[in-house]
Amino acid sequence: MRMRNLVATLGVAALALTVGACGKDGEPAAGGGGGSTTGDCGELHKFDVATGVDVPGSATFAKIKARGNAVVGVKADQPNLGYKDANGKRCGFDIEIARMVSAQLGFDPEKIEYKEIPSANRETAIAGGEIDYYVGTYSITDKRKKLVSFAGPYFIAGQDLLVRKDDTSMDAGKDGLKGKKVCSATGSTPIQKVKDEGLTEPNNISEFKTYSECVSQLLDNKTDAVTTDDAILKGYAANAPDELRVVGKPFSTEKYGIGLPLADKALRDKVNAGLEASFTDGTWKAVYDETLGKSGSAGTPPQLEKY
Amino acid sequence: MLSVLTDNWELFREGFWTTLRLFLVSGVLSLLLGTLLATFRVAPVTVLRGIGTGYVNTLRNTPLTLVFAFLFFGAAKMQLGLPTFFWAAVTALTVYTSAFVCEVVRSGINTIPPGQAEAARAVGMTFVQVLTIVVLPQAYRAIVPPMTSIMIALLKNTTIAAGFSVLEAGAIPAAMAERGESQMLTLLWITIGFLILIIPLVFLQRWAERRTAVA
Repeated sequence: MRMRNLVATLGVAALALTVGACGKDGEPAAGGGGGSTTGDCGELHKFDVATGVDVPGSATFAKIKARGNAVVGVKADQPNLGYKDANGKRCGFDIEIARMVSAQLGFDPEKIEYKEIPSANRETAIAGGEIDYYVGTYSITDKRKKLVSFAGPYFIAGQDLLVRKDDTSMDAGKDGLKGKKVCSATGSTPIQKVKDEGLTEPNNISEFKTYSECVSQLLDNKTDAVTTDDAILKGYAANAPDELRVVGKPFSTEKYGIGLPLADKALRDKVNAGLEASFTDGTWKAVYDETLGKSGSAGTPPQLEKY
Repeated sequence: MLSVLTDNWELFREGFWTTLRLFLVSGVLSLLLGTLLATFRVAPVTVLRGIGTGYVNTLRNTPLTLVFAFLFFGAAKMQLGLPTFFWAAVTALTVYTSAFVCEVVRSGINTIPPGQAEAARAVGMTFVQVLTIVVLPQAYRAIVPPMTSIMIALLKNTTIAAGFSVLEAGAIPAAMAERGESQMLTLLWITIGFLILIIPLVFLQRWAERRTAVA
């Protein structure tokens, strides 16, 4: 029976080691971490569907026409911008813009087929014809202009910070970030800016696939600030107003455009004309007030860039 | 095509260096933990066998992403302190891979005729000696090919850490997309990078098989 005893001793010792190694305790959190970062979608805006629309020379329009509805790339995890609630209903400013464009092209917005395309795959999805157009906090940049074309901008945002409500240490904006833990989406432009400008130490940077995961880390005190465009951050703050707030010192300019296939200039001109009309006839303002405006920030239509 | 790599060299270098570190650290740890679990599963003590069986069946049937999510979000909600993101990723990869290593080592142990252990005990060897001198060396010889497969799987599984703030090779496409680089070429270079990492493992397997061949 010697072997049996040895096995027991060996096993128990090893077990004690394993368990001991796992028992590291963390410091208790200062604030409560039970805040929800989600919400339910309400009523959507009513758009009049245009009739007798034609966009000569647009291959994308011909595709939509043959299909009878638009296929639109969106995001699903950004409250008040591009959001899908627990019931599968979509809402937000970007969703409304996508629906407005569809209505202006003469296709019932209720029939839009939405596709959730992550930031990294946007160019591929547009160029590959997987979607007709993309509306999802898509910043117009020179590099992207080589791969896709943009209608707009339909909104101008700026990089800002989302912090816990009682934390005033970063009220100076980006200059207050030194020594603070910052979170943003993996490889995103905002986090690259933090790195390039050395706004905080490399060890303090964390990157997750979605902003929701960063907000979760923020609520659990694992990070001190979430950084990206203020429009996105205000959406989260509006859903947890007792726990989170946006600092309000934007330090960049992000022009949101509607992503279109590179060669389709005819469609871009058509969408631009539609956006311009919505700026002047009050539709843009109405849609803004129903979505992003709920966060308390006022909005004005931007200047179009027709290139 | 080459410029996609050379223009963003620091991204690829950092990414693959982190991948390699993740792989080596969690590879060694899961070999150790997996072997320990295998001894649990062949132990004559019911409790240990129960622990080993429970561990393997739980971890082997849990998606790796879920293990990561638990460590990064669940543990945070439970106010458990995370080490750095890197070590949290190593923990996730190790506890997951160990379950697979355990089963392979156990199958290796099962190839050894019981008479060998009995004979070793008969000449006065202790249990540790029986295990380390007689049983495990022979067991390892039998399991070189499946163990290599598990290690290759581990190497590829490290890409899941990209979603959890560990910027290894799997995080390269996101950063490249923001830089406006071609996604196809990025993925092509990442594939080549992984081939460069995996091919030595395959050669190591051949070498180990030749070296330990009996006949």
